[in-house]
Amino acid sequence: MSRLSIRGVGRTFPGVNGGAPTLALQPTDLEVADNDFITVLGPSGCGKSTLLRIVAGLDTPTQGEVLLDGQPVRGPGAERGMVFQSYTLFPWLTVHQNICFGLREKGMAPAQQAEIAARFIAEVGLKGFENHYPKQLSGGMQQRVALARALANDPKILLLDEPFGALDNQTRALMQELLLSIWEQHRKTVLFVTHDVDEAIFMANRCVVFSARPGRIKHELAIDLPYPRHYTVKTSPRFSELKAVVTEDIRAESLKTAQMEH
Amino acid sequence: MKPLREVTPGAKLALGISFFVLFFAAWAFATLGGYVSKTFLADPLTMLRSGWTLLAEQGFATDIGYTVWRVVGGFVLAAIVAVPLGVAMGAYKPIEAFFEPFVSFARYLPASAFIPLLILWAGIGEAQKLAVIFIGSFFQLVLMIAVTVGGTRRDLVEAAYTLGANDWGIVRRVLIPAAAPQVAETLRLVLGWAWTYVIVAELIGASHGIGHMITDSQALLATDQIIFGIITIGVIGLVSDLAFKRANRALFRWAAL
Repeated sequence: MSRLSIRGVGRTFPGVNGGAPTLALQPTDLEVADNDFITVLGPSGCGKSTLLRIVAGLDTPTQGEVLLDGQPVRGPGAERGMVFQSYTLFPWLTVHQNICFGLREKGMAPAQQAEIAARFIAEVGLKGFENHYPKQLSGGMQQRVALARALANDPKILLLDEPFGALDNQTRALMQELLLSIWEQHRKTVLFVTHDVDEAIFMANRCVVFSARPGRIKHELAIDLPYPRHYTVKTSPRFSELKAVVTEDIRAESLKTAQMEH
Repeated sequence: MKPLREVTPGAKLALGISFFVLFFAAWAFATLGGYVSKTFLADPLTMLRSGWTLLAEQGFATDIGYTVWRVVGGFVLAAIVAVPLGVAMGAYKPIEAFFEPFVSFARYLPASAFIPLLILWAGIGEAQKLAVIFIGSFFQLVLMIAVTVGGTRRDLVEAAYTLGANDWGIVRRVLIPAAAPQVAETLRLVLGWAWTYVIVAELIGASHGIGHMITDSQALLATDQIIFGIITIGVIGLVSDLAFKRANRALFRWAAL
């Protein structure tokens, strides 16, 4: 059964100061099945983040609808966990308290909260940092906490909006492996927005390539690399083939974006 | 000196104290050296001596007690109403649209100009003094708190929504804690302004208080006592400000990281 259905979802932003309205996202259809790891790849400003925000319920589509297990999405909710590109840990809460945020909102008993938090803190490798405040952590560590915070809530689907975009290359590679191993273990349904080709191929079982603005799905590609994936897969011939295809796709779109701005 | 380069705590303290020393030295030089007439400006030693007389023989401590009570009383009353209203205005735009224009207007009404009216309405007792402080600080507090709460990072609010928070949860668990350190800073700042209003309130129709003592001294041309009164206010202000800063840092350790 399909978990998430995106049906004809489009978004137009009203014009600023009487200007023409901006079409950010053309009507888009996408079916996300249970346990899918889908990466949405596109040049910056193509509307891929807008689509993710609509799925999260943080933005409303001008047309179309999003269904999760057949239920229309009407606003944000705990069953769609999200990790943002910006660091969104609550700075006044410790790592432990941040991870418990959603659990407390559900009214869970503190003992049970603590148990779940401890499990996910261990899973993202942050044992010993429970009582640190976000500002005391590096960017990569903060995003690991954000991931643990989203996972602790046990969402039906995990939405990631360029979560590793602000990290350096080495940290990003490690984070990708961490996320992948967590996904292989928990089999969460994941929708991951990125502009990084390697990232998009390395993690996904399906990669969706977006066109330049106004965004639409240009190409859907099954990534047939076997799981569990080791980082060495990035140097395999099949990875290179896929990368060549996707790079060609995305390059054409990036060129369009660049020309539009001239 | 490099721009924005921090100084060591020791150097900071030494620099801060050295200006006080310089200030008093200049004052002492001008007065004790005979460059300024005693009628206009008392010298520091006379000031300290009459300060001691005030405290020991004329019950100035009671005056100080009255003034502190008025400032704290009026300010606490203002804060009790202003903090919830400011949070509500910052969080909910219709509430802000309803109150904000009036509060912005009222903010410019000088509290001291209300004194004649307040005497008429509330007499010359404590209620009138508290009311001056209340008017002087309430509107400022409301506006500054509303702006702080309204400026909460949107991505934190969105993150809380995706974690399952409802609207009340956003106010209670995101907007209020995120704004708390800045709200505390606002309280500290406005408490300082409240001190300026209390003296004005005490200049008219008061039988106690630092401001009352200053008015009495004016009739006697006792510049030494006036200056001692002013310095007392300064010292109390400095101490309460430091205490407030300390408390804020202890309460909101995360904000100072």
